[in-house]
Amino acid sequence: MAEGAGEEKKKFSIWDLPDVPMGQLPPHLELQRSRVSCNKDAPIHTESIQYSGAYASMGIDNSSRLDLFSNNFRVEVVRLNEDDIEFDMIGIDAAIANSFRRILIAELPTMAIEKVLIANNTSIIQDEVLAHRLGLVPIRVDPRLFDYLSENDQPNEKNTIVFKLHVQCKRGSPRITVKSDALKWLPNGSELVKETRNATSDSSSKPEIYTYFGCSQETVPEFVKNPIIPKYPDIIIAKLGPGQEIELEAHAVKGIGKTHAKWSPVATAWYRMLPEVVLLEDIEDDLAEELKSKCPVNVFDIEDLGKGRRRATVARPRACTLCRECIRGDDWEKRVALRRVKDHFIFTIESTGALPPEVLFTEAVKILEDKCERVITELS
Amino acid sequence: MEHGSFTDNSAATFSLTDKDHTIANAVRFTLNQDPRVTFCGYSIPHPSEAQVNIRVQTTGDPAREVLKDACQNLMLMCRHVRCTFDKAVEHFKASNAVKALKIDSQDSSGDDSEESE
Repeated sequence: MAEGAGEEKKKFSIWDLPDVPMGQLPPHLELQRSRVSCNKDAPIHTESIQYSGAYASMGIDNSSRLDLFSNNFRVEVVRLNEDDIEFDMIGIDAAIANSFRRILIAELPTMAIEKVLIANNTSIIQDEVLAHRLGLVPIRVDPRLFDYLSENDQPNEKNTIVFKLHVQCKRGSPRITVKSDALKWLPNGSELVKETRNATSDSSSKPEIYTYFGCSQETVPEFVKNPIIPKYPDIIIAKLGPGQEIELEAHAVKGIGKTHAKWSPVATAWYRMLPEVVLLEDIEDDLAEELKSKCPVNVFDIEDLGKGRRRATVARPRACTLCRECIRGDDWEKRVALRRVKDHFIFTIESTGALPPEVLFTEAVKILEDKCERVITELS
Repeated sequence: MEHGSFTDNSAATFSLTDKDHTIANAVRFTLNQDPRVTFCGYSIPHPSEAQVNIRVQTTGDPAREVLKDACQNLMLMCRHVRCTFDKAVEHFKASNAVKALKIDSQDSSGDDSEESE
């Protein structure tokens, strides 16, 4: 009865008005959703509005389905060298970008020196300091060819790399600097022998050794082409005066950056959101010159309008470091708006040399996939 | 480990070990995108222990299934990211190789003109 009367009443919806855009957010809300506004005192709208029902009352579906993501996602490589890469990821959210960054820094495995067996060290560098420095030397080898070494395993050719360092400064010769190219790779394993404390051991018993290499690592074809050496030959490890000697063996194993930073494959990896510099009103003549001189990275440029009038334009917004010099002072905030695009990330990865940077990123994405699989299997 | 009610399986807290912000934030993002989810969030009870509690409340579907679907979506997203990245790197290397050839040919023609002068 009452419902019948309600249905007969004409329903008025705001969306029927002619000038309201259907199915889209009004421009001020779209700005809030997709841009971080960097004001003079602090940035606002920094959180990403992920909730699928955030704009439900307006009839807009905020859920990003996989097909929409696949269509909108783009990667553009800006710079690619042997050691670093800079690329843009467009259409992804900060949560995923941060996961990639965390995995690149802490969870990609590398090989680094862990155990140092020191036979003789008469230099002024203490044993532990020497061992610590050796651990930080990056080694040029693909860690995917090796397995992890756990406590129960024996060190063999599949999980250990053995280096030898034997330097001596003779009496009467000048001081020498021990650089990382003095580390020699031993493809056949350790040459040192364990001390047997047993006084009653007979001479016929085999001496215990530190590593059990079944076959030489030189037989692996990758190592024939690229022998295992430290990536940079000029890293100073120690300095020796006359009469001092260092003789040691270093064993490198596989690990991840979470355990110790020496196993991190990147010098560092970082991302920033694409800066967007917008001129809210026309800036002409003297104000334009002032604006151009304010910016330390030359984001702005002057264009001639003819008749002696000049106007400021935004030439290189990507170079903006957000120093906010252009909005310092009275009234400048009304003329220039500094923003960041929330789903456009400029990623930079600097590799220490074990793997090329583009391979590092691919491996990081694979590791995130493995983690998801592990969560799925835990749930089932 | 799922802490939920026996009668109503649309809301539950999942306690995962050996996990941290890396996976938890990414899963929370994909969960939020799912229209069946009314509430989701994660917390780390203590930073020294690697444990994460993920809370999922849905509009009727079992929370476990929704979480599994979110993880599946995340895996598919990662695969797509990997594909797109590999293609972009290949494209960049190919275009750079072409540019290097062009620069080489320009250099050689420049040298010739210098010699003639």
